Amino acid sequence: MAYVAVKGGERAIDAAHAWLAAERRGDPAVPALTTAQIAEQLGRAVDRVMAEGSLYDRELAALAIQQAQGDLIEAAFLLRAYRTTLPRFAYGRPVDTAAMLAIRRVSAIFKDLPGGQVLGPTYDYTHRLLDFALPDAPAAPAEVDAEPQPLAPAFGILGQEGLVEPDEAKSDDAPGDLTRDPLAFPAARDVRLQALARGDEGFLLALGYLTQRGYGNNHPFVGELRVGEASVEIEPPELGFAIDIGDVVLTECQMVNQFTGSRTAPPQFTRGYGLCFGHSERRVMGMALVDRAMRGAELGEPAEAPAQDVEFVLSHCDNVEATGFVEHLKLPHYVDFQSELETVRRMRADAEGTSK
Amino acid sequence: MPVTSANPLDRRRWMAVLARATASELATSAEGRLPVFTRLRGPEIGLVMLRGRAGGTGPAFNLGEATVARCTVRTAEGWVGHAYCLGRDLRQAELAAALDAALQDPARQSELDVAVVQPLALAQAARRDTLARRAAATKVQFFTLATMRS
Repeated sequence: MAYVAVKGGERAIDAAHAWLAAERRGDPAVPALTTAQIAEQLGRAVDRVMAEGSLYDRELAALAIQQAQGDLIEAAFLLRAYRTTLPRFAYGRPVDTAAMLAIRRVSAIFKDLPGGQVLGPTYDYTHRLLDFALPDAPAAPAEVDAEPQPLAPAFGILGQEGLVEPDEAKSDDAPGDLTRDPLAFPAARDVRLQALARGDEGFLLALGYLTQRGYGNNHPFVGELRVGEASVEIEPPELGFAIDIGDVVLTECQMVNQFTGSRTAPPQFTRGYGLCFGHSERRVMGMALVDRAMRGAELGEPAEAPAQDVEFVLSHCDNVEATGFVEHLKLPHYVDFQSELETVRRMRADAEGTSK
Repeated sequence: MPVTSANPLDRRRWMAVLARATASELATSAEGRLPVFTRLRGPEIGLVMLRGRAGGTGPAFNLGEATVARCTVRTAEGWVGHAYCLGRDLRQAELAAALDAALQDPARQSELDVAVVQPLALAQAARRDTLARRAAATKVQFFTLATMRS
């Protein structure tokens, strides 16, 4: 697409940005927000920006949210831009989600799983009534004397009978990396999962919903959903052994789907997987549904719905790319449009000439 | 010049504790106990690419990046200390690297372990325990129909 640079307008742009800064601050009579307040009190927004910005840093995500006036896609864009300024020191060892310090773990299919159903801080079962007393809500729950139990992953039971497909063999081979190599098709599952983990939550939700409603038929259950802190390990070459460099909060979803079997696989439950930064159950559930839908080809299913079409999903799930391409339409296209205008005038003149 | 005298397991333990401590916690607990050191690298901020496993236990995939601060120092006695800490706190990384160097020195190890590492480890364990107990308090107690009838 031809794009001709436009000169001039600096003074207007400066004035517009100065106004934007004042608008962002709002009424000076109202106290200014701090990034610490955003990080602490708008945690789910921070989590979404970290996931879609593909950068785990609560303080930076909070700053991005403040700078973007709460526009979370703009905030994710700011994080993506910032990360390009930093060198990559190391790769983490794959996180061991079974060993995480779980603050929430539920299964919709095993009532009596080892360790039980632990609700954690959840919006499930709330009444969705506006709470006018919220500003005076208590800061923390009272200390409790419940004895913690280990929360082993839920899949041992069905897995032993061979009724749930096992994971592919464990491997630490360097996976594909969207940040280094452009997307190419057919995309393997490692690249698909990376793209979904930073994909737009609304897009993942809509596609997951589509699969439930029959577009890419599957009948899902939440095998396990867990939220908690997982430790991050790297192995710096100067040390020669792995070290633990801190914790990150992650959300993980194991979705199971009934599968009637194919020429290559017996009837069983197949699985979709979701994992993301922060606490975001909607995101990992959508991700797991779409991950499963995109595995159709390997399971011998016809690819008939958008969620089963790997190229469709991966080319459109990234909201930073999508907003760039859609929003660039606002920028000056005067020359483009001038040429189109002349074309339309000529076509019309030709049409009028022939009708006479 | 000494290379390292620490058992890698011990060193892994204290490095994990130092990586989770704030700069002010490190500065307070190590006050008067820090070695004289020079910076060899950093402190500087960069990224770590975090990874997950497909399905939880399968092949690795790239999940997304995290910020990390790192630093390498050498003490006047020649001990080299390293630190990698999630986040962007350069002061934390430098203090953690200085402590990592000093903790490898057999002459200072037990003093620093008692004064710095153990109290921080206890506080970190207490925080984890509080979280786990808070979670356990939200465990659902199911009752079967038979139990409810009796």
